[in-house]
Amino acid sequence: MKNSTRVVITGIGLASPNGNNLLEFRQNLLAGKSGVSKIETHYMGEVIAGICNFDPLKYQKKKELRRGTRAGSIAIYCANEAIADSKIELTSLDKSRTGVYLGITEHGNVETENEIYNIKQYNYNVDTWSHHHNPRTVANNPAGEITLNMGITGPHYTLGAACAAGNIGLIQGLQMLLLGEVDLALAGGVSETPHTFGVFASFKNEGALASHPDPQKACRPFDRDRNGIVVSEGGCICVLERLSDALARNAKIYGEIVGYAINSDASDFILPNHQRQTECMGLALKKAGISASEVDIVNTHATATREGDKVECKAIREVFGDNANAYINNTKSYIGHTMGAAGALELVGNLPSFEDHIVHPTINIDNLDPECALKNLVINKPVKVDKVDYILNTSFGMLGINSVIIVKRFAG
Amino acid sequence: MKADDIRAMILEVIHEIVPDEDLSNLKGDVRIRDQIEMDSMDFLDILMELRKRYGIKVPEEEYMKLSTLNGCVAYLEPFMKNI
Repeated sequence: MKNSTRVVITGIGLASPNGNNLLEFRQNLLAGKSGVSKIETHYMGEVIAGICNFDPLKYQKKKELRRGTRAGSIAIYCANEAIADSKIELTSLDKSRTGVYLGITEHGNVETENEIYNIKQYNYNVDTWSHHHNPRTVANNPAGEITLNMGITGPHYTLGAACAAGNIGLIQGLQMLLLGEVDLALAGGVSETPHTFGVFASFKNEGALASHPDPQKACRPFDRDRNGIVVSEGGCICVLERLSDALARNAKIYGEIVGYAINSDASDFILPNHQRQTECMGLALKKAGISASEVDIVNTHATATREGDKVECKAIREVFGDNANAYINNTKSYIGHTMGAAGALELVGNLPSFEDHIVHPTINIDNLDPECALKNLVINKPVKVDKVDYILNTSFGMLGINSVIIVKRFAG
Repeated sequence: MKADDIRAMILEVIHEIVPDEDLSNLKGDVRIRDQIEMDSMDFLDILMELRKRYGIKVPEEEYMKLSTLNGCVAYLEPFMKNI
C-alpha cells in the first residue's frame, strides 16, 4: 500500500474527566483513578457525572467563551492541544486544506434547556430568548467554533451518530484524507451532555442511569451490580495525516488506522444487537486484513447497562472465540460515558500501549457478572504484555449504529 | 436613575458582554464599536439586558441613538427616571 493511501495519527488533544492531556489521562488509567463526581443540574438536583477541569481560557478569550457553547469550548481546547502535540506550527498550517470532523451524540439540548429555564424567569416572554440561540445550537457548532478560533477555512461539520460518533469522526477524517479533500484532518468527538438535565431524566426514566453512594464507583461495566450509565462531558481530537505527509515532516506517529467499519442494527431504537456488532467488528478486521487472533487489545464500548454489556460480551465472544489473544478493557469505568467523545477518547487512552506494553484495566468490578466473564478481561489492575500491535475499539449508539476502529502500531 | 447611574449601568453591562476589553478610557461621544472590539451580536446583548433588567424595548429604527455612551444615557434617561 502506498504511503499516500495510509492514514496515521500524529497529534492528540483531549479533555477527560480524569485528565487534560494524554499523559495525565494515561497515568490515571494505569493508576485506576476515576474522574467521576457529583454535580447539580436543573430540576434533577444532584446527579453523578464526569466533568472536565481544563482551563478554557488557555485558548479562548472570555468573550469567545461567553459567546460559544461548552461543546465548542471543549472542542477548541482539544483542537489546539492536538495541533500543539503534532508539532505543526499553526502559522505554517495550510488552513484551507485542513478539515474539522467531530462526532456528536447530541447538540443543542443544553442551550435550548437553558433558554427555556431563562424565559421562565421572565414569564415565558420570548423577547428575552437569546439571539445567540441559533448559532449555539446549529449542529455544526462545536466544529465551527474550532474554525473561528483557529482561522481554519477548510470544511467543518459534525457527525451525529449517537454514542458511536467519536469513532465516526475519526473515520470521516480518514476518508477525507484518502479522497484528497484535505491534507490534514482534526477529527474525533465531543460531548457537553452533563449540562442538559433531559439526558439524565430520560436515562433515569428508562432505568439506565447509574446510582451509587460513591460517584467514583457508579460506573461499573461487567460488574454484577452495575445499574446504568454515568453521563460525562469530554473531547478528543486527533491530527490525522497521510503517512507520506507525516514522514515528510518527521512527525511522531501514534499509530496507523488500518481498519474501520460502520453499520446499523435496523432492529430497535435503544436495545443493541449482538449480531450487527459482530458483523461490524468482522468488517473492520477484514478491512485491516487481519484475523481476530492478531488483535492485542479490545477496548469495549460497555456503558454498564444491564443489557448492553451482556450483548457486547456475546458479540466479542463470537468474534474472538475462546482462544483469543486479545486483552479486553473498558474506559467508561473511570470517566463515565463521554458520549460523542467516547470512541475517540477511549481509543487514544490505549495508544500508549504500543510503547509501554501495558493494558489498562477496567475498574469497579467487585463481582464479575458471569455473563460478562470474557477471557483476558483486565480487571482492576493493569497487565503487562509482551507486545501490542493492534488495538480494536468499539462504539455503539442508539437507533442501532455501530462503529469499530482498528489501529496498528506504526513500524514503518 | 440619574445620568451618572445610567452610564455606570451601561458600562457594567458592556463589561459583562465584552469582558476582555478595557473600558476605562471609553469616550462618551465616539461610537462604542469604534473604540472596542464589539460586534452586532454584542450590541443586541446590550438591548437584551435592558429588556430583562428594566423592561425597556428599543425599536430597531432607534438603535443608532445608542451607538455612543452619551447617546445611551440620553436615550434611556426618560425611561429610567423613575427606576
